[in-house]
Amino acid sequence: MSTATLEAPASSNGKKLENLETVVIRFCGDSGDGMQSVGIQMTNASAIFGNDVCTFPDFPAEIRAPAGSLFGVSGYQLCFSNHDIFTPGDDVDTLVAMNPAALKTNVADLKRGGTLIVNEEEFNKGGLQKALYDANPLDDETLMAKFRVHKVPMTRLNRDAVEGLGLTLKNADLCRNFFALGLVYWLYDRDPKPTEEAIRSKFAKKPDVVEANLRALRAGMNYGFSTESFTVHYHVPPAKLSPGKYRKITGNEAVAMGLATMARLSGKTVVFSGYPITPASDILHDLSMYKHFGVKTFQAEDEIAAMSSCVGAAFAGELAVTASSGPGICLKGEAMGLGMMTELPMVIIDVQRGGPSTGLPTKTEQSDLLLAMYGRNGESPLPIVAASGPGDCFTMIQEAFRIATEFMCPVIFLSDGYIANGAEPWRIPNVEDLPRLKIDHITTANGENGAYLPYKRNEKLARPWVKPGTKGLEHRIGGLEKKDVTGNIDYSPKNHQHMTNTRAQKVANIANFIPEQTVDGPAKGKLLVISWGGTYGAVRTAVHQAQEAGKSVAHTHLRYMNPFPRNLGAILKSYEKVLVPELNCGQLSLLLRNQFLVDAKGYNKVEGKPFLVNELVNVINEFHG
Amino acid sequence: MSVDLPTLPTPTLQSKDFASDQEVRWCPRCGDYSILAQMKKVLPTLGIPKEKFCFVSGIGCSSRFPYYVNTYGLHSIHGRAPAVATGVKLANPELQVWVITGDGDALSIGGNHFLHAIRRNIDMKIILFNNQIYGLTKGQYSPTSPVGKKSKSTPYGSIDHPLTPLSVAIGAEATFVARSVDVDIKHLTMVLERAAHHKGTAFVEVYQDCNVFNPGAFSYATEKETRSDSIVYLEHGKPLIYGKNREKGIRVAEGNRVEIVQLGGDVKEDDLLFHDEKTPEPSLAFLLSRMRHPEFPEPMGIFRAVERSTYDESVTKQVEAARAKLGEGDVEKLLNSGDTWFVN
Repeated sequence: MSTATLEAPASSNGKKLENLETVVIRFCGDSGDGMQSVGIQMTNASAIFGNDVCTFPDFPAEIRAPAGSLFGVSGYQLCFSNHDIFTPGDDVDTLVAMNPAALKTNVADLKRGGTLIVNEEEFNKGGLQKALYDANPLDDETLMAKFRVHKVPMTRLNRDAVEGLGLTLKNADLCRNFFALGLVYWLYDRDPKPTEEAIRSKFAKKPDVVEANLRALRAGMNYGFSTESFTVHYHVPPAKLSPGKYRKITGNEAVAMGLATMARLSGKTVVFSGYPITPASDILHDLSMYKHFGVKTFQAEDEIAAMSSCVGAAFAGELAVTASSGPGICLKGEAMGLGMMTELPMVIIDVQRGGPSTGLPTKTEQSDLLLAMYGRNGESPLPIVAASGPGDCFTMIQEAFRIATEFMCPVIFLSDGYIANGAEPWRIPNVEDLPRLKIDHITTANGENGAYLPYKRNEKLARPWVKPGTKGLEHRIGGLEKKDVTGNIDYSPKNHQHMTNTRAQKVANIANFIPEQTVDGPAKGKLLVISWGGTYGAVRTAVHQAQEAGKSVAHTHLRYMNPFPRNLGAILKSYEKVLVPELNCGQLSLLLRNQFLVDAKGYNKVEGKPFLVNELVNVINEFHG
Repeated sequence: MSVDLPTLPTPTLQSKDFASDQEVRWCPRCGDYSILAQMKKVLPTLGIPKEKFCFVSGIGCSSRFPYYVNTYGLHSIHGRAPAVATGVKLANPELQVWVITGDGDALSIGGNHFLHAIRRNIDMKIILFNNQIYGLTKGQYSPTSPVGKKSKSTPYGSIDHPLTPLSVAIGAEATFVARSVDVDIKHLTMVLERAAHHKGTAFVEVYQDCNVFNPGAFSYATEKETRSDSIVYLEHGKPLIYGKNREKGIRVAEGNRVEIVQLGGDVKEDDLLFHDEKTPEPSLAFLLSRMRHPEFPEPMGIFRAVERSTYDESVTKQVEAARAKLGEGDVEKLLNSGDTWFVN
């Protein structure tokens, strides 16, 4: 990190303003302390200012764990920079800890010399006990010597700030997060206007709450400005992103927007069936607000019904989609098989989380790849796409539907908790440039004597899609094996072999209708690093660092998981070694080894957290030799 | 040479128009044949074009039904037909959707979907073929088999307490609930017709004889000697009278129950329970559903037929309301919503 001292302007109260390139901040406190809320505010403020931003919200599965407990700590990390960034950062520059439990669970990630801001009033006997501290860590000189520590009596200062508004102490304390945010805003020279606007709009019906939060924010900023505790503050200039209009977007938002956009531009109805599950529920929430785009949402009684109704909606001739996470995808398996067998177009979204079983509901993992590949009875290959980041969800959800409708089969769309909740600046596309789904429902008989043949295939092996209600094309299909062309039930040996082969071939052929895989780095060399899904940013950043250090290493990131791009085999053979970092125990490496007989080596982690850039750089160096 | 033909009216559909080209493969003398025949009789009378029907089924003998009706049809997976049909109706509300299911399909593996389709009152007809046995898997007891039922999986007799399908449906506040029996052709036709005309979830239980694995399970309700003493026909606004000579009746007794009374003497028709299928409160229908053989004659006919807004209609209304309030969705506006900024 390079710094440059600017001359202090007159309004700076004599304090130095230093320029920084990249900053990583983490807010942490109780899950009821509003840490997610202020994290999002700072992300917005930084994005609007023009920094590149990348975030990592990390919260417990418990909605309101006991106050002050270690497992109830909720954190929001954001990285903002004056250049392109692809991860929320490894080490934290500034840690805001609202209580002892937050300090205990997060301090290990604060870099040496980093800034530690604590609400010292919470470091009382009760708070320390709940965090299982024997002694007050703020008195631990060796620990504190590692950081620039600011013990701030936030509770009292915040109460003073909102005094006179008639708030109860409890309600007054609810504004402490904005006090902390204000302090960080001063420290990093952020413009509070977007946040003030957000406060006014969010609490529009409660003027006293608006006033209290505004005062808290301002008081935090003034505290930084006035007290001698802070002598320097920092400025991160805007990033040079590609020109255009930007907004902030999370993966789940992008999925919902992609679906609404597709409904409107294709003139079809999107029928979304879902069952609430973390971390996929926000897709249902967002879509339920987009009814005027031609979206129908159905909160089903369970995951099985969500999937089954998806099959029904697809049979009825509309764009059917469901979203869930691992446990729900398990339940959907049987009906996904029905979708596969009836060869109907639909998309199944899997926002992956830590498993198995209930696992780690709010933490990220990439461990459903093999479930997506093989998680159904019988020979039932399905196309799989995976988004590489929040903004890419917008593109890939529509691409999933292109494949589904062009090839008449269910398509699995993989996202993960990190992408779903993480935010990044997103260049808003031109509506004219967006893809239009082309759907031709068959309306006349395709057989002799006016017969309709539901399994008569086109050159892509896709069968026709008829909208029930079309006269003369009445037909019956189902989950039993059927004869090609006529669709009549047929269990004969040769036919089953033929149909199994045909269904597999249809999916394999998709490789001819997706882009070729590209490589970032030398076309031949010592080491190829392959990633997929939400690890894109960390792997890309690590490979770039290794490249800058002169290593012969290239990176390729997969968005098409089944079938793989047609040139992937050739790419794999152009490097001496292949490294596959994944947040699972080696699922993509297993597939690559199986399909290409390549000695792919995994770097695998399942800690519920994304990769750090540093750990990947180390692994790359080790592999590269 | 061409001849101008007079314009002919659209030919009225007939029963045979609804026969598919598939060979019907139920066991000989299976009760399903009769239900299929009555269905094909009712469908052409509804004034709905053939292509606007969609039959959805789950798994089981009854679930082969869609293959034998020449409409749109989807033979889905075990227990899920109501959920699949919900998707069909949501996506394409113009279709008249029929769900064909069995006692195992609807009440065991599919119990949840069955309940939720009913409580939503989505506009679909659910016809449950109740034969009190698993036929397709060759003879295990089902959730409607009586306690003590000896079957392949219960050689010492079933110890499961059975469900009464009508009680379950009424408990879920079904807006239309009826019962008929496979061989009572006229009655079954009437019930299917009424179900077809109902707006909302119409639930019909049909006693169906599995003459291979559970023959004669409902003989009390079908045989000439026992029938008149074992069933009572429900007619809206009329008293519950039954018996060979219509000499017995059902009267409401103290303690929220019903009792059998002999007509003549002190008891007059006016003292009997008068059926009211339209009463909003489902208690009466529930009480009737509790009348089980052999303690009581089992009611046949429409237990309940009330109006309530349907789920599919409400979904459509919400979409329309959103469009009226917000206008057609504007993609440009959507993508540019929230805080935005320019990079030059």
